[in-house]
Amino acid sequence: MPRTLVVIGNGMVGHRVVQALRDRDTAGGWRVVVLAEEARPAYDRVALTSYVDGWDPLSLQLDGAEFTGDAAVELVLGDAVTAVDRAGRTVTTAAGRTVAYDALVLATGSAPFVPPVPGRDLPGCHVYRTIDDLDAIRADVERARVGRGRGAAMVVGGGLLGLEAAKALRDMGVSPHVVELAPRLMPLQVDEGGGALLKRLVEGLDVTVHAGTSTAAIEPDRGRLLAKLANGTELDLDLVVFSAGIRPRDQLARDCGLAVGERGGVVVDEGCRTSDPHVYAVGECASLDGRVYGLVAPGYSMAEVVADRLLGGSATFPGADLSTKLKLMGVDVASFGDAHATTEGALEVVVNDAVRGTYKKLVVSDDAKTLLGGVLVGDAADYALLRPLVGRALPGDPGALLAPAGGGGGGVGVDALPDEAQVCSCNAVTKGDIRTAVHEQGCADVPGLKACTRAGTSCGSCVPMLKQLLTSFGVEQSTALCEHFTQSRAELFEVVRVTGITTFSRLVQEHGRGRGCDICKPAVASILASLGGGHILDGGQGALQDTNDKYLANMQRNGTYSVVPRIPGGEITPEKLIVIGQVARDFGLYTKITGGQRIDLFGATVDQLPLIWRRLVDAGFESGHAYGKALRTVKSCVGSTWCRYGVQDSVGLAVELELRYRGLRSPHKLKSGVSGCARECAEARSKDFGIIATDNGWNLYVGGNGGTMPRHADLLVSEVDKETLLRVIDRFLVFYIRTADRLQRTSAWLDAMEGGLDHLRDVVVHDSLGLCAELEAQMAAHVDGYADEWAAVLDDPEKLARFSSFVNAPGAPDPTISFREERGQRVPVLLGVPEVSSR
Amino acid sequence: MTAVDSATATSTGNGTGIDAWTEVCPLDAVPVEEGRAVLLPDGTQVAVFRTHDDQVHALCNVDPFSGAAVLSRGIVGDLGGVPVVASPMHKQHFDLRTGACVEDASVVVATYPVRVRGGTICLGRT
Ligand code: SRM
Ligand SMILES: Cc1cc2nc3c(=O)[nH]c(=O)nc-3n(C[C@H](O)[C@H](O)[C@H](O)COP(=O)(O)OP(=O)(O)OC[C@H]3O[C@@H](n4cnc5c(N)ncnc54)[C@H](O)[C@@H]3O)c2cc1C
Ligand code: SF4
Ligand code: FES
Repeated sequence: MPRTLVVIGNGMVGHRVVQALRDRDTAGGWRVVVLAEEARPAYDRVALTSYVDGWDPLSLQLDGAEFTGDAAVELVLGDAVTAVDRAGRTVTTAAGRTVAYDALVLATGSAPFVPPVPGRDLPGCHVYRTIDDLDAIRADVERARVGRGRGAAMVVGGGLLGLEAAKALRDMGVSPHVVELAPRLMPLQVDEGGGALLKRLVEGLDVTVHAGTSTAAIEPDRGRLLAKLANGTELDLDLVVFSAGIRPRDQLARDCGLAVGERGGVVVDEGCRTSDPHVYAVGECASLDGRVYGLVAPGYSMAEVVADRLLGGSATFPGADLSTKLKLMGVDVASFGDAHATTEGALEVVVNDAVRGTYKKLVVSDDAKTLLGGVLVGDAADYALLRPLVGRALPGDPGALLAPAGGGGGGVGVDALPDEAQVCSCNAVTKGDIRTAVHEQGCADVPGLKACTRAGTSCGSCVPMLKQLLTSFGVEQSTALCEHFTQSRAELFEVVRVTGITTFSRLVQEHGRGRGCDICKPAVASILASLGGGHILDGGQGALQDTNDKYLANMQRNGTYSVVPRIPGGEITPEKLIVIGQVARDFGLYTKITGGQRIDLFGATVDQLPLIWRRLVDAGFESGHAYGKALRTVKSCVGSTWCRYGVQDSVGLAVELELRYRGLRSPHKLKSGVSGCARECAEARSKDFGIIATDNGWNLYVGGNGGTMPRHADLLVSEVDKETLLRVIDRFLVFYIRTADRLQRTSAWLDAMEGGLDHLRDVVVHDSLGLCAELEAQMAAHVDGYADEWAAVLDDPEKLARFSSFVNAPGAPDPTISFREERGQRVPVLLGVPEVSSR
Repeated sequence: MTAVDSATATSTGNGTGIDAWTEVCPLDAVPVEEGRAVLLPDGTQVAVFRTHDDQVHALCNVDPFSGAAVLSRGIVGDLGGVPVVASPMHKQHFDLRTGACVEDASVVVATYPVRVRGGTICLGRT
């Protein structure tokens, strides 16, 4: 006669208890009754957020959840247990069932914690734990959408679950606001520095973060909800999702007198037994050594322990690894080992790179020799490298381990990894597997490795490491531009220059394959333009251009465009300044002084662009090419004309340079600056080519960059006169245009150049390749052939035809675009922000 | 250029079950390998694309990732032989025939029945 096991709760861990017992109980010692509150068989709660992708509950169901054909398991769904009688060893359910047990397992999981906010019970307020919860959220989202397009939601809680909820809401087309009491996101997993960066990255994904504040009240407001935050912010919302932590569901245990932990949870020993030897507790409702585990893996370990114990074994809970690596809305976050440095004497090494958007912290032993743990935000590629090293001797200085690869420090370096280290954690592929794939299966690139090993096929975060491994195993990486051209950009440039081909279709037919894509088309368009291909919208070239070039303006987040007239050297007359003001006022354009010493006018629709430019061109303005991979600005300082330290006319030279090189198409944008003395007020050394005046002439610096990877420019020639200066710059620019990769700034180009600055100087100053006459001729052709792109559009009805929002309704405004006011100017209504005024 | 006079089909618009076609513009108003936006009377925006072989395809104009109505302004080309448009906002690719996003299979933009008759592009009512 088998004994009866009753399992309360059919979540992930309760299900695992039954599975593990059924797998091992070959003698048939137990029959199992599962009593479940939820009406559907056990499903994958960890993957709950993916339910949003197809709204198919079956896709989440766990394998074997229905125990079909297993007579020893009775699954009772949709009937919660309401009481446990320990003396009589029975349980009673809401529907009035009474079931006797020989052993009882509590697997009731946990319930979302809802802080006591006034209004938390209003319609539209939800929690995020079950499939039913998501169905209810979805119904509200759909209701909110009717007539409004996009709704707004507040997620209370900025931890792991809160960010998951925010992602689900965003995927449903709602704009989420996340409110977190702690001063940072994911306070449990990451530290302050990591949290600050996480906030920045998540906000870049249209999630608004309100950290360090709480929800004071939620009120009904004309069919919507109004949330008041403690810091005074008010939010107009369609729904609220509480995700402020979890509380173990231990009420049954409390009611029947079982010991309960101080912070909740049914107290169990390392055999998962409660204070009553016939009753076990597992998963999120259990408290072991005062600790409740909110992850599924420790719960699964507990389930295995209970199955073993029920069959007479003496297994104990092995402890849990709480390392996590997540991709939340595309942002990598990882924490592993002793992430919060709680080990005695632990030291922290932090590299917080605001420019790259990465934060990395290593926790090491007091002698800095052993890795204890760490936190990575923004780029968790090193997780796979570092986690296997926890508890081991570090292969190098901890600071160097964190340095970006190629940035001089060297990084962890894939060479330091043992073969058993996991490279792709999604698919459990080790460095050794990659080695085999390369050496024995002949994989020579990332797609090959993907097909062969499945590495890199899930989250993709290991792909950069796959590339490094290929290199380290001696495989040369392809320089092919894209799937349509095997050539590099520089090689294609030579093909076009030598063959004189002037159309993309001929080039791809004769030297490539397929129809082209958004990588090769703009690259070829740029090559054609550098070689004097006429107007960028001529002869079908419009189809090749990136959208900014296609509309000769920069696309903004709501589909409108910005307008940047050229203001050479930053010098402008009062009359012209007035015209800009009038145009901005008449078209209601948001107006901002840029970091490049000119004025940007935002919020123009495609239909308005020609009207705006008609006015600007008539007043003597030209295109500023803010949209093009072309010369942007030549920044100037006020120079010797006014400044008491100036030794040369920096403004005059800046204007001359800007007029000389305007319209020049290049592999990436080009920036310049001219300073009137060594005080360097024009920041010339952060430019692709920067000039600093000396008492005796001009110093030319090249390869500078602000932006993502700042680099100070290197001195190419010193104390030259203006004529020499122009000649060297001409050569430098054309040499760059011919030989750089697509989207490679001069800084990266120079860094990658064999022989570096000396080689560059040999070529463009000493003419070591005998190229200089050709380079100068190409520049001369550009200077002679320059014409203002916008004026040419205004004169050509065919080009003008492009500038209408709708091909079948010229002049009709785009109904999705609306604006609101901020600090006295119009700004776009962000998707989901309630509308204040619309055009 | 060969203007197609028979019903040019997208995957949804194979001519069956569509009772009304709205003329939107001449085929020539959409340059080869470009797209143009069309405004329907109910305020819906459709992006109409013309490929190198004068096939036309119609997708919802709204980029599902940014919410901006801009897909018609993307670059038209192919990836592994599949005709695609790259969103001008953040460069995700969409299959012109099915609306499926190449980078994220769970995202699909709506497609519309479309055909060319007498040199005019017509959208079908669904
Ligand atoms: C408007 C402006 C910001 C401002 O309000 O001041 C701006 C706005 C944009 N910048 Fe910038 N950058 C502006 C000055 C700068 C500067 C400062 C400067 O030029 O002195 C830098 C650092 C210097 C440098 O380039 O080395 C700068 C570094 C970048 C970068 C990073 C480049 C890099 O090499 O890492 C990008 C991204 C890119 O180009 O790929 C970028 C991209 C952009 C884009 C084009 C992003 C985009 O694709 O939409 C923004 C376009 C806005 C628009 O529609 O007009 N912007 N950007 C500035 C325009 C200057 C101008 O008058 O033309
Ligand atoms: C959105 C989300 C994302 C997550 N992501 C991760 C992750 O990435 N990694 C990770 O490790 N963990 C994650 N978790 C946590 C993980 O899902 C839980 O640790 C795990 O589900 C715990 O399993 P459990 O069986 O203890 O509890 P549950 O899965 O919650 O199951 C408990 C079940 O018991 C039922 N029940 C409660 N009381 C009664 C009663 N009186 N009578 C009958 N039935 C009752 C409940 O209805 C529920 O079905 C996530 C959770 C959520 C909600
Ligand atoms: S203006 Fe420049 S720095 Fe500012 S958000 Fe745009 S690209 Fe980034
Ligand atoms: S680590 Fe996610 S795909 Fe390799």
